[in-house]
Amino acid sequence: MTVVELTQSLNIAAPELALAVGSMVLLMIGVFAPKDSANSTVTGLAVALLIGVLGWMVFFDEQGTAFGGAFVQDAFAYFFKILTLVGSIVALVMSVGFAREEKFDRFEFPILIILATLGMMLMISATSLLSLYMALELQSLALYVIAAINRDSARSTEAGLKYFVLGALSSGMMLYGISLVYGFTGHVGFTEIAAALTGQERSVGLLFGLAFLLTGLAFKISAVPFHMWTPDVYEGAPTPVTAFFAAAPKMAAMAMLVRVVTDAFGTVTGDWQQIIIFISIASMALGAVAAIGQNNIKRLMAYSSIGHMGYALVGLAAGTVAGVQGVLVYMAIYLAMTLGTFAFILAMRRKDEGNVESINDLAGYAQNNPLQATVLTILMFSLAGIPPLAGFWGKWYVFLAAVEAGLYPLAIIGVVASVVGAFYYLRIIKIMWFDEPESKFVSAAGELRLVMGLSGIFVVGFIVFGGPIAAYAENAAKALF
Amino acid sequence: MYHAIVFLPLLGAIVAGFGGRAIGAKASEYITSGFMVIAAILSWVAFLTVAMAHDDHSATVQVMRWIQVGSLDVNWAFRIDTLTAVMLVVVNTVSTLVHIYSIGYMHHDPHRPRFFAYLSLFTFAMLMLVTSDNLVQMFFGWEGVGLASYLLIGFWYKKPSANSAAMKAFIVNRVGDFGFALGIFGVFVLFGSVNFDTIFANAATYLPAEGAEASTDTVLTFLGYSLDKSHALTVVCLLLFMGAMGKSAQFLLHTWLPDAMEGPTPVSALIHAATMVTAGVFLVARMSPIFELSQTALTVVVIIGATTAFFAATVGLVQNDIKRVIAYSTCSQLGYMFVALGIGAYGAAVFHLFTHAFFKALLFLGAGSVIHAVSDEQDMRRMGGLRKLIPTTYWMMIIGTVALTGVGIPGTLIGTAGFFSKDAIIESAFVAQNSAAGYAFVMLVVAALFTSFYSWRLIFMTFHGKPRATADVMHHVHDSPPVMLVPLFILAVGAILAGVVFHGYFFGHHYDEFWKGALFTLPDNNIVDEFHNVPFLVKWSATIVMLLGLLGAWYMYIRSPQTPASLAAQHNGLYKFLLNKWYFDELYDFLFVRPAKRLGSFLWKRGDGWLIDGFGPNNIAARVSGLAQRAVKVQTGFLYHYAFAMLIGVAALVTWIMLGGIH
Repeated sequence: MTVVELTQSLNIAAPELALAVGSMVLLMIGVFAPKDSANSTVTGLAVALLIGVLGWMVFFDEQGTAFGGAFVQDAFAYFFKILTLVGSIVALVMSVGFAREEKFDRFEFPILIILATLGMMLMISATSLLSLYMALELQSLALYVIAAINRDSARSTEAGLKYFVLGALSSGMMLYGISLVYGFTGHVGFTEIAAALTGQERSVGLLFGLAFLLTGLAFKISAVPFHMWTPDVYEGAPTPVTAFFAAAPKMAAMAMLVRVVTDAFGTVTGDWQQIIIFISIASMALGAVAAIGQNNIKRLMAYSSIGHMGYALVGLAAGTVAGVQGVLVYMAIYLAMTLGTFAFILAMRRKDEGNVESINDLAGYAQNNPLQATVLTILMFSLAGIPPLAGFWGKWYVFLAAVEAGLYPLAIIGVVASVVGAFYYLRIIKIMWFDEPESKFVSAAGELRLVMGLSGIFVVGFIVFGGPIAAYAENAAKALF
Repeated sequence: MYHAIVFLPLLGAIVAGFGGRAIGAKASEYITSGFMVIAAILSWVAFLTVAMAHDDHSATVQVMRWIQVGSLDVNWAFRIDTLTAVMLVVVNTVSTLVHIYSIGYMHHDPHRPRFFAYLSLFTFAMLMLVTSDNLVQMFFGWEGVGLASYLLIGFWYKKPSANSAAMKAFIVNRVGDFGFALGIFGVFVLFGSVNFDTIFANAATYLPAEGAEASTDTVLTFLGYSLDKSHALTVVCLLLFMGAMGKSAQFLLHTWLPDAMEGPTPVSALIHAATMVTAGVFLVARMSPIFELSQTALTVVVIIGATTAFFAATVGLVQNDIKRVIAYSTCSQLGYMFVALGIGAYGAAVFHLFTHAFFKALLFLGAGSVIHAVSDEQDMRRMGGLRKLIPTTYWMMIIGTVALTGVGIPGTLIGTAGFFSKDAIIESAFVAQNSAAGYAFVMLVVAALFTSFYSWRLIFMTFHGKPRATADVMHHVHDSPPVMLVPLFILAVGAILAGVVFHGYFFGHHYDEFWKGALFTLPDNNIVDEFHNVPFLVKWSATIVMLLGLLGAWYMYIRSPQTPASLAAQHNGLYKFLLNKWYFDELYDFLFVRPAKRLGSFLWKRGDGWLIDGFGPNNIAARVSGLAQRAVKVQTGFLYHYAFAMLIGVAALVTWIMLGGIH
């Protein structure tokens, strides 16, 4: 690698470099700042850094391949990186009030978020199995720690430990898959693998490798049957952490999955397609059914996110540009809805009890705070996929792609699952509007109200500005084909 | 002017219907009635300019474009000719009087704005029907009056019997309307248009040309039969007539009319005597250019009409409900009109429609006045002896009865309205060439006898003899207020004079300059000239049987009141047969209602409840909640369970991809 190539590569990867350097600087600041103000200082600076990177990415559109084909900055990467950064920023902002109220003031939290975000951005851009694995581990290690960050809480540490052990298992299986793929194709770069698979009778070993590789990826997006960690971690981790888990890492992992199967294995679509269909159906079904039995709203959101990953995979299963476009649109909508819903969950706070997490605590929300209850109702309708809200359009894009690709059974199962799934969203609405009121929540912090409002506007207004988003997503999807 | 005639009632309906709460009951009554008075005066103006003038003032008034799809081109337009003008006069006059009468009759009802809104809505729909320029607009009015009739029969919606009567009227009419709709489709297939002008202009081409063989090309396929031109026309006419049968309560589709008496009495007068039920007569008269071409269809019309006239008259003989007697009388008189249509005496039919509107509305409103007087009692067996107590109503009812029974001296100009119109029909039936005319003549003469009998029976049972009501009721008997009596006076004038004034125009010497081609007759149909030349006995037949009926009623209800009971006991079977209206309701109940209910309950209990709910929503819901519990149970919280699930998963995926990789 010559000096010219290196400077070019560094130039292309400037946002990632900024995050890497910034995290170290923030660590220093955190260590040397006065102890009682360390957290707020670092959080503020971390948000500023992430916003700066986001602005950089929006205004300096530097595309190209870097580091000898291991890293790519293309329209697809831009789309998901922006989503990921938005997820991280909002999750971090929403943690401010929580940190103040719950004495959850560790300055390591924002730094870990930045490191995890860096890992995610690298995952999104990775075009070689090795860079992919490295990025994945960087992200995962940060997430393990974040899950257990409330180390005095048994539930939080249990969640972190479970996540770590299962994550290690999935990493191992994935690494095994990578080695098999390397062994049977002789390459780790995506383009080289694709070239090696063209016109060649693919071997059993490669199929094995593909299955193991997909296992590791499916674990990260918490698709069934690799979802078991999700409810426990969502419930056990502090709520801002759960919000973060539900948002940013899902974006990165989905981006990685899409890129691997379309870039590296685009020539053997039939092989991975059946696996994607399988885990898609399983995720939709479990997400719809298992959430019905939940009373803890964070657990419920865990199953909800499992289900939503299943719906997004419907688009991927189509394996077409329209399908990938559907995935992108779906993930953007999912991000907005999830962040909005978690803003409400964080706002479920009583003076004497602190934060509450039971669905029944929402009883009488409509009487106590009609405006917020209305927004939450809109979000729930959107999550259930009721037109004309954003959630409906997300499903519309992926199901349409599946139908166009001839996957009628998949689309039908998806529709049936979303009908079943509508039950528990509607149950929340029913509890809010029709049950005997409980005592009031304390008024929500300003930043939470801002997130609620923005996500409400996004969900309602998607029918108006959905067109440009879809066009942008189509452009991003074309970068893969 | 025509816009005002048609749309003023609609305006009144909207104001009273939607603003009734805001402006109050009094204002609603006055606004709707005021609009109707204006519309009625304008209708008479229209009648004088269009029908009575020597010049041809018929016109088409375009309101707006309505439907333009492919070759279907339907405009919303008024067809103004003599027939329309006659109907405008009948509808608006009776409707106005009923509006005014209702102010008194409905005095105690808390829902008066709604009632007046419905009345005006009905009037608007009826006007749409009679002014229509094409079949689709007519169908709109047709359904509109059906709706208004449904709403008004069920006006007292807290009465279960009123609700079921309203439903019965609606459902029975559905049968007829189905035929009517098919008829409209058939007309469109045959003529490529639903506009009357086009249809009538092309109807002549359906006649074989002079001396030429009739064409046998198939022009219409119906129920698997390929029909040539003349048969196709017959089928279309019969289908249209089916609609007329439903609306005009003809034999087989008549069962709803007596039950419709559950509605308030002014409604019975307006809708179920004077206007809506004559819509069928109007339809056939309007379509005379195509009916005239199909002898088969006309024969069916005659048979049905004659049978209805006879059947309804027999049932009317033994009914005890004052309104039901008049209802069967209406049914019977409609039969007369259809006979007239069927034998080609369209003018006589419309003439009878015109006079009938006056005297039947008079009878109904009079009956309403009686019911009002005896505290809402309708059973004649609990009346009697009211003559002295409500003399005005008594005399009005007498006028209605002499008009209905057709009192007059043949050969002179002395006679009531019914005398001129009904006798014209009976005499026409005698001279007509139609193959069923003989049957019709016999039936009509017998029906005239019965008409006279049951009409006088009603008078005698209600007003004469000893009071059979309780002393309490008798104590409260009082004549109606002027607001109810004035409409009766106006109708009474019509009932006496309508015949003598107009018979020359409708069905006499001025036939041609009066109708100006609004009614079509074939060149060889000159019944209007021939019906005067009948044997002496035929000319007197109606008058003779009328007197016989009067005598019979007088003997049985005044002279020896025990005769009816002994007669009924003697001929118990016949009496029961008539009292139960020839068991039509029971027959339909057995044939249609009960099987439909059985089918419905089968589909409901087994089809919907057991099959669809059981295996559909309910079953899925049960399975889902079962699955949900199991899914929750799987989530044990143990790490090794989770890891195990992942390993199972990866094993499954590998197997799956291997199996998939084979093919």
